[in-house]
Amino acid sequence: MTAARIGWALLAAIAAFGILGPLLAGDPLRQDLSATLQGPGAVHPLGTDQFGRDMLARLTHATRLSLGFAAVAAVAAAVPGIALGLIAAWRGGIVERALVSLADAVMALPGLLLVVLFAAFAPGEFLPLYLGLSLALWVEYFRLTRGVAASLLARPAVEAARLFGFGPWHVLRHHLLPELAPMLVTLLAFSAAAAVTAISALAFVGIGLRPPTPEWGSMMTELLPYHAEAPLQVLLPGLLLALTVLGLQLVAGARR
Amino acid sequence: MGGLTRALAARAVQALLVALVVGIACFAMVRLLPGDMAFRIAAGRYGIDLVSGAAADAVRVELGLDRPWWQQLGAWLGGLIRFDLGVSLVSGDPVVDELKTYLGHTILLAVVALGISVLVGPPLGAWLGARAGSAADRAGLVASAVLRALPAFVVGIGLILVFAVGLGWLPAAGVGGWQEVVLPAVTLALGLAAVSSRVARDAVAAALHAEPAEFARRKGLPEGAVRRRHVWRNAAVPVVAYLGVQLVALIEGVVIVETLFAWPGIGHALVHAVVARDVPMVQGTALVMGLLFVALNALVDLLTLLIDPRRRSAA
Repeated sequence: MTAARIGWALLAAIAAFGILGPLLAGDPLRQDLSATLQGPGAVHPLGTDQFGRDMLARLTHATRLSLGFAAVAAVAAAVPGIALGLIAAWRGGIVERALVSLADAVMALPGLLLVVLFAAFAPGEFLPLYLGLSLALWVEYFRLTRGVAASLLARPAVEAARLFGFGPWHVLRHHLLPELAPMLVTLLAFSAAAAVTAISALAFVGIGLRPPTPEWGSMMTELLPYHAEAPLQVLLPGLLLALTVLGLQLVAGARR
Repeated sequence: MGGLTRALAARAVQALLVALVVGIACFAMVRLLPGDMAFRIAAGRYGIDLVSGAAADAVRVELGLDRPWWQQLGAWLGGLIRFDLGVSLVSGDPVVDELKTYLGHTILLAVVALGISVLVGPPLGAWLGARAGSAADRAGLVASAVLRALPAFVVGIGLILVFAVGLGWLPAAGVGGWQEVVLPAVTLALGLAAVSSRVARDAVAAALHAEPAEFARRKGLPEGAVRRRHVWRNAAVPVVAYLGVQLVALIEGVVIVETLFAWPGIGHALVHAVVARDVPMVQGTALVMGLLFVALNALVDLLTLLIDPRRRSAA
């Protein structure tokens, strides 16, 4: 239980940094070529990067971007995954077999390869990243929902409800969702962690979001050549990324 | 059907699915990119100044671009199955030839990384599992959780800064002798070992007090023999099975780590092809990466059958 508390506390702190920070910090794109690669000081609490941009401002904006991206990507995977899982379990037959085959086709490739293929359509844009991650991650929700729903639909209470003429919405709200909810928290945390890592990794290798957008992965790529002068600046984005993933994993793991 | 035939048949289906997914994605990519494809190809052949509408039309008929899209898709996938991958738009060489040089590097990196992770993770996990609840066990749990939260490229940068820049023991990038493979392989292996050590730790802790081990102790077998005969082998089953799950992380890590360390493998080539919008190379590299994933999975299937006799005859 303590592990989950630490996880929630970490996520709350990072979320506060990402939500409140951009309101207080300055412009993440304003350059000051007379003050590049400075250490922490009064004007720039976390120093500046190679163009003299304020690291604190860039980190808060990057945090907001990654958290928002992770939340949208996790939901964009969960909604179709849960819906298709319910449809498969409810309808059965050829619909179920078709959906299971589709899930198998997606699982045949490692998820990041799918996202890379989508990113190749339009490098530097958000939409292909969302589509690729949603396509790679919905399968987990589909399989969980289908499995839980199939076992629930066979229960006497649910069979009775269906015989009494209650429709799918009633069964969904009163029998399925209460059972699914706790497991969904775990899956949401896992897919948010996967999304945060994927967006930074792709930006890091140069096929995701691009500079000058403040993003953890691309910030590390940009600053890596200056590691000797500014080691702190190189490591801070990675540290924030790792703390976010750690928080999500602690929240997810404790629920298992 | 025996367990072996069934496992290999499932992997063959997976290989076909890989070709299908990669093929359809790249087919769509070619057609959704802006501009007239026949004109682009003709411009590539004859030079942008010399290309005319007539030349573009000739290319259109020659490559069948005037046919309905479903016929084109069929021809495209047919070529893919025959490993006819076309020509790189950047280098002009056949994609298959380029892939041959890259694949060797990627297999070397993946095998060394897997080897290190197997030599470090499970033995460490087994050692911790035998003393579950101790201070060392708890320290291992924290270390594993931290390591799992660190993405491969962050670990890789850390290793470069310490061992290549700081201490100067190992090269930070490139390919050549054995020194170059160490840092990228260790980067991948650390992530894998962080997970496999926990799986081994849990499996050993459970197997130590499972019925076969307890029974062997009651009948008077010395503890060493109990562990050799009843603990290690039973604990190995989940560890090897989890290796299959980890292959996803390995392949994803290869793409990132090869790029970070400028290791000239398939993942590095894939990233470069995406940046250059070289669709035949994107398709070829993604396909080979996917097939490597399937082949490694088949290897894990075989290993599982080898150490777990129950699976061999499973209905």
